[in-house]
Amino acid sequence: MPQHTFTLNGTQVTVEVADDVRLLWVLRDILGVMGPKYGCGLNVCKSCTSHINGKAFNPCAVPVSQIKESDEITTIEGLPATVGRELHPMQEAWLEEDVSQCGYCQPGQIMAAVALVRKVREEGRAITDDDLDGLRNICRCGTYQRIRTAIKKGESRM
Amino acid sequence: MAEQSRSPENPTRRRFLGYLIAAPTLAVGVTWAAGGLGEDAAEAAIPSPPQPEDLFDLGDLQNLAALPTSGLIAVQVNEDGTASFALHRCEVGQGITTTVAMLIAEELDLPVEKINVTLSDARPELLMNQLTGGSNSVRSIYTPVRTASAIARQQLVRTAAARWGVPENEVATRDGVLSHKSGRTATYGSLATAAASDRTIQVTVDLKAAADFRVLGKPHNRIDARDIVTGRKQFGMDLRVPDAKPCMVRRPPTINGTVRTVHNMAEVKAMPGITDVAVVTYGVAVRGETFGQCIDALRALEVDWRPGTVAGESDATVLAKLKKAQLPMAVPPLGSISVDAEFTFAFASNAPLEPDNAIADVRSDRAEIWSTLKVPIDAQQDIARQLGLPQDKVVVHVVPGGGSFGRHLFHDVAAEAAEISQKMGKPVKLSWSRTDDFRQGRTHPMSVSKVRATYLLGNVLTYEQRHASTETDFSHGLGEMITSTAAELPIAGNYSFAQTVFLLSQSVPYNFGVVTQLLNEIPLKFNTGSMRNIYSPNVVTAMELVVDRLAAKMRKDPVAFRREFLKDKRLRAVLDKAVEVGQWGRTMPKGTAQGIALHAEYRGAVAMLLEIDCRPEIVNRPIEHGVTGPRVTKATIVVDAGLPLNPRGLEAQMIGCLNDGIALALTSSLHIKDGIPLEGSWDDYFYTRQWNTPPEVEVVVLPPTSDTPSGAGELGVAPAFAATACAYARATGTMPTSFPINHGTLGFEPFPLQPSTPQSPTDGLDHTF
Repeated sequence: MPQHTFTLNGTQVTVEVADDVRLLWVLRDILGVMGPKYGCGLNVCKSCTSHINGKAFNPCAVPVSQIKESDEITTIEGLPATVGRELHPMQEAWLEEDVSQCGYCQPGQIMAAVALVRKVREEGRAITDDDLDGLRNICRCGTYQRIRTAIKKGESRM
Repeated sequence: MAEQSRSPENPTRRRFLGYLIAAPTLAVGVTWAAGGLGEDAAEAAIPSPPQPEDLFDLGDLQNLAALPTSGLIAVQVNEDGTASFALHRCEVGQGITTTVAMLIAEELDLPVEKINVTLSDARPELLMNQLTGGSNSVRSIYTPVRTASAIARQQLVRTAAARWGVPENEVATRDGVLSHKSGRTATYGSLATAAASDRTIQVTVDLKAAADFRVLGKPHNRIDARDIVTGRKQFGMDLRVPDAKPCMVRRPPTINGTVRTVHNMAEVKAMPGITDVAVVTYGVAVRGETFGQCIDALRALEVDWRPGTVAGESDATVLAKLKKAQLPMAVPPLGSISVDAEFTFAFASNAPLEPDNAIADVRSDRAEIWSTLKVPIDAQQDIARQLGLPQDKVVVHVVPGGGSFGRHLFHDVAAEAAEISQKMGKPVKLSWSRTDDFRQGRTHPMSVSKVRATYLLGNVLTYEQRHASTETDFSHGLGEMITSTAAELPIAGNYSFAQTVFLLSQSVPYNFGVVTQLLNEIPLKFNTGSMRNIYSPNVVTAMELVVDRLAAKMRKDPVAFRREFLKDKRLRAVLDKAVEVGQWGRTMPKGTAQGIALHAEYRGAVAMLLEIDCRPEIVNRPIEHGVTGPRVTKATIVVDAGLPLNPRGLEAQMIGCLNDGIALALTSSLHIKDGIPLEGSWDDYFYTRQWNTPPEVEVVVLPPTSDTPSGAGELGVAPAFAATACAYARATGTMPTSFPINHGTLGFEPFPLQPSTPQSPTDGLDHTF
């Protein structure tokens, strides 16, 4: 059985699993990291959104063999450590705005929001309504308005 | 604020009954009889002539059905100073655990953070009182939970008073601490054992007046919010049960199709990571080390299928049957003095974001199930029967759900997990795939609503609505509850159950002379079920569109017309507030418009004033793999929830209802073709997305208008749908008659029907940002 080594939430891990198993299942079923959720397995709903080397991606659509030893994977569980705090400012904004309803999509929403802030920063600008319109993460409870408010608040503190 | 010091013997107040339960630490139980039937009771004076919903709504019926139950629900005070309560309801995002924690905090004088609310396992002794639905949870829990908490506080006070040798009315409580003016204090935790009763005895207590509330009525954030944002909240598939390995099912190409032959069972069982393969009622189950390997295996299966229960049906055939089944109107068409309209509502999916899932560990003599279940007792009964086990040998754990919207009234996935576990002889962690959820899961059935209204000399003389629907499955046990009480009701008589639900939930809030609303259902064997707000979104949308049409014919402004004809002062109040806050009648560009709609149900009232943009540059804005179309750009929502307990949660429910209503009006539906929906994912089933949601939303929660809370979780769906439709009609000059408005165009390439679950992509790294 092939071995795969990468960094997960700051710690190097090695797993033994077939090459084509998608990273989502490696995280959830083998490593027991349950923050990224299965909502479609088709890279549509985005509820598994995590970071690879700081950028948002969806592990349901990436075979584990494509992850290199030098790659750093961050899930919601590892997000606070990226800023050396108990909670990331985006998570704090989410709490203050009481965004969540059922909560199933929210880890993915937060990871997408953090990546979006970083992306527009690199482009030297702030988040616009068009940027928010472009977020594909589904919230079937329909918490979109509070998500939008929380992202702007989180952005101001990042 | 002053510390709480209440006399336990105040004779002027209504007293409530509960029990000190024999337990190691202080435990207080109440039956539903303590307050299940609230102030809006059936015997209240009824203005005449009411429609059934005015007289006695579905929630009252649920309250009444709750009365004879003897099972106790209990608040426990622990030695660490916390309180525990196992809630006999399911948390699916509606925030019921937060509201219950607030109820306990209020009467117990303990901070909300110190209250631990868990979900109760199935408890058959509660009969049908363990049902989450009909926006009834808060309405039925409000008094009993407060009563138990107040008795717990009273017992702590008595214990402290006896220990200190002081009168009870000199002992005050605040934030989990008892105190006396002499300076003596004790924490609840330190008296939790001393306050315990060694036998179960009946006691009575006063409850706080609403004016004295310190917790209720003030905005409170969700108690599970921190667990959610850190990824720690556990949903069904996050639980670890020993040896319960991932499991999925290859499913047929038509709804409820069955297996004829499997050609390669042994070959698939030998695939990497796969441990078991078994034929089950509606497909072939595979169990393996990861869900990814289960997807590979189910796709590799070669299966011949028998056709399902609706194999020949498509949108057009169902629609033709519905039109044929329409009940006749009483009034003949009267040309220039009547408005006639017919509306079609497509099938819609109540699938939440979390796919249906369950863990089952079935042994020869017992079984244990974990799943999101809104009627767990019904699940327990059915699964026990299916497995051939006594009911008390099936333990059913209720797991918080990632949404429900009606889906978890049924336990299809739990029953299937039990079947698979029994056949494989091993524990399984069963997840439906996303595509399974849309194609084989429960749907809100297609319906046709026909309306005829007549008017003369400034009056509306008649309003008739005939609603024909594909059968809605209510077999989850609510039916049992209603049939058991129906004979005692003044109005239910011998109506069928669906008609009873329809009549108890529908009413016309306007003085329209002779009013009738009737339901007819056709018995097609689709997998149907209630969806958030059941019949109301479709029925109310048809009605409000006709109201706008009547107003136009009678040359009146939609708001002025509604004001003139409204029967109910609470609806008038929410309407007036929405008109003021949402600036009704402001000048808007051509192709954009406002729309307004009203709805009263669950003893609550809502007005929604929406603005829509139907200009080509908005309608045709490009979004990759997504539909756009008209956009609701602004929403003003005014809600009267009777006694709003947690305005922040209430506001959240209104926002959710808004996005549901927009989806139903504009974008979300299932297209049935040859016995199965074509939708297979969220880029096919177009629930509202960020690019379609209004950037500007304001929710106004009115101050209390009652001393009891209304239901809230579903209250806003119907008016959001109706207001979107009315705004669209005004912006385009054409009244829409088929919903959602984009249903006629298939905006996606359907996934193949076989294999039933599509393979996951491999190009995820090309889409990072």
